[in-house]
Amino acid sequence: MNLFFSKTLTASFLFAPLLFVSPVYSETAEEKGLAIAMEADKRDEGFGDYTANMTMILKNRQGKESRRTIRSKTLEVPGDGDKSLSIFDTPRDVKGTAFLTFSHKKGDDEQWLYLPALKRVKRINSRNKSGSFMGSEFAYEDIASQEVEKYTYKHLREEEYQGTLCFVGESFPVDKKNSGYTKRISWVDTAEYRLLKVEFYDRKKSLLKTLTIEGYQQYLDKYWRADSMNMVNHQTGKSTTLLWNDYKFRTGLTDKDFNSTSLKRVR
Amino acid sequence: MSAKLRQKTFPAAGAFILAFLLLLSSNVQSFEIDGEISIQGFLFFENGAWPHQENEPVSGAGNIKIYHEIRDNFHLSLEAFYRIDSEDQERSHGDLRLAEALYFTDNWEISIGLGRVFWGATEFVHLVDIINQTDQVEALDGEEKLGQPMLHLTVPRDWGVVEAFVLPCFRERTFPGVNGRFRTPLPVDTDQAVYESSAGQHHTDLAIRYSTTVGDTDLGLYYFNGTARDPILLLSHKPTSPPILHPYYEQIGQTGLDLQMVTGEWLLKGEAYYRIGQSRPYAATTFGFEYTLVGIADTMMDLGLIGEYVYDDRDDGWLPTIYENDIMAGLRLAVNDMDDSNILFGVIRDIHHGSTIIAVEASRRLGDSIRINLDASFFINMDIMDPAASLARDDFVKLELVWYW
Repeated sequence: MNLFFSKTLTASFLFAPLLFVSPVYSETAEEKGLAIAMEADKRDEGFGDYTANMTMILKNRQGKESRRTIRSKTLEVPGDGDKSLSIFDTPRDVKGTAFLTFSHKKGDDEQWLYLPALKRVKRINSRNKSGSFMGSEFAYEDIASQEVEKYTYKHLREEEYQGTLCFVGESFPVDKKNSGYTKRISWVDTAEYRLLKVEFYDRKKSLLKTLTIEGYQQYLDKYWRADSMNMVNHQTGKSTTLLWNDYKFRTGLTDKDFNSTSLKRVR
Repeated sequence: MSAKLRQKTFPAAGAFILAFLLLLSSNVQSFEIDGEISIQGFLFFENGAWPHQENEPVSGAGNIKIYHEIRDNFHLSLEAFYRIDSEDQERSHGDLRLAEALYFTDNWEISIGLGRVFWGATEFVHLVDIINQTDQVEALDGEEKLGQPMLHLTVPRDWGVVEAFVLPCFRERTFPGVNGRFRTPLPVDTDQAVYESSAGQHHTDLAIRYSTTVGDTDLGLYYFNGTARDPILLLSHKPTSPPILHPYYEQIGQTGLDLQMVTGEWLLKGEAYYRIGQSRPYAATTFGFEYTLVGIADTMMDLGLIGEYVYDDRDDGWLPTIYENDIMAGLRLAVNDMDDSNILFGVIRDIHHGSTIIAVEASRRLGDSIRINLDASFFINMDIMDPAASLARDDFVKLELVWYW
């Protein structure tokens, strides 16, 4: 799971360029939705690699909290989905557990789980994407690398969200059979193509979750990353907040930091 | 472990720890220390089949893990373990699980010291995992292992990973003592271990492994030459003392294969090996599937369905094994709650004898750093011809609390 973000959630759900909006050529809503997604993706190209630390805060309906801390490393792979590695530091009983993901633009992602107590690498079936990631309100598919090709798009409208003009659009999973969603509605700001809010609709087409993303900061004068992501499950009243810090770009990671050998020596 | 190896291993380990601490004093930047303390209690439902076996043994265990990065690519790891058991002297034991130095570059990696290596794919039976000796008194499932002295070279390439192992010292399997449960009808006296090799415990074992990922398949192929990890138990009958069993460790050559494959929503897993060196060559295999139902009944819960089969061609009675022609089924429920609650329910049935083992493992976190584990096993209809028959009266419930500090 791309823990987080190769083409980040940011770039992910995306929406598009006004360039195509001309009075002569009448673009369909689907074309415009795709164009916005592609533009957001394009704006995040070239980051190379980055690392970040994350605190995941789980809250139940009664307000009880539980925290996990995770370090993530992401490598951009030209022409394909990103590679990512996520390592758990807490809770202590899962310390050292690591997920390695090779995401792909076409076909299923490849995933492995490393269990430090047994020194065992297990293959995971990435089609179980609608499952909860570590008991959180984020499904595996929410934290996976959001490749443009994994969804189809439809632009809806432009509207202000918290004082920022946004593209509002729908996206539909290509893998309808395994996704937990029938559709997502995304708010992406028209100036920088940052994802600000997503509504997730379950298989019965009712509103399941809302994700809000805050605290964007720009790195290398180009790449936007958020400090906070909050997912609320409307059906259970539970929520999960991801707090990000210590983003470092172009740290020199290569393919060799994302293979079974490096997975077994992960700390 | 015999007294001999104990003498041999522990001074070396002591030297390692000393070197470790000296190195630490020079740099305290990337130094981690943590570990676990646990207590566990068993409740056996029946009196043991043999005298002196207790029904309510309790034990406590602790381990300490130290990790230090001397440089980005030069790491030291140490893990020491000790258990004290109220009843079984043989289960009161310690081990250095890990004491290794690891150095790596982009093109190769080498580790030296006491290490741990896992090979395998399936869930129920671990057939091909051979580098480390099983710490049999720790767990029935064979997943607890002793630290193995080794020199381990790893060369990752685009076309796969080649690993070479030199294993200079042999670790003997642990066996329950006369007061312990889960034992053979006659106790095993590990101090009377006998070796086929005249070098005994100091035979240098060698292994080479190739592993790779091809499309949706991970596969590994290895050859091992050296001392069998699973001894044959021979009857020792001296006129002056009561009869006991003693382990006999043979020299073997073993070719092994393991694979994990994703096909659609399924995960397929398999292991097999072919062994020579024990009076006749033989083969064994286990394979099966795992299928996960995600978000069952409109909840966050996932239910994994596991089906596996194991076959060992020694089932003609030449050299009986527990897993000779058995079918296994498992249900793994992940609640996906804050406390990471999960329950594993498994059944192992011997097709030929009809002997059946039912096992339940339930676990959840209590607060941030404590886990509670509840395990139970029931041995049903154990056929007297089945080597597992000696477990017939060992139905148990085990409660364990582990504090991760």
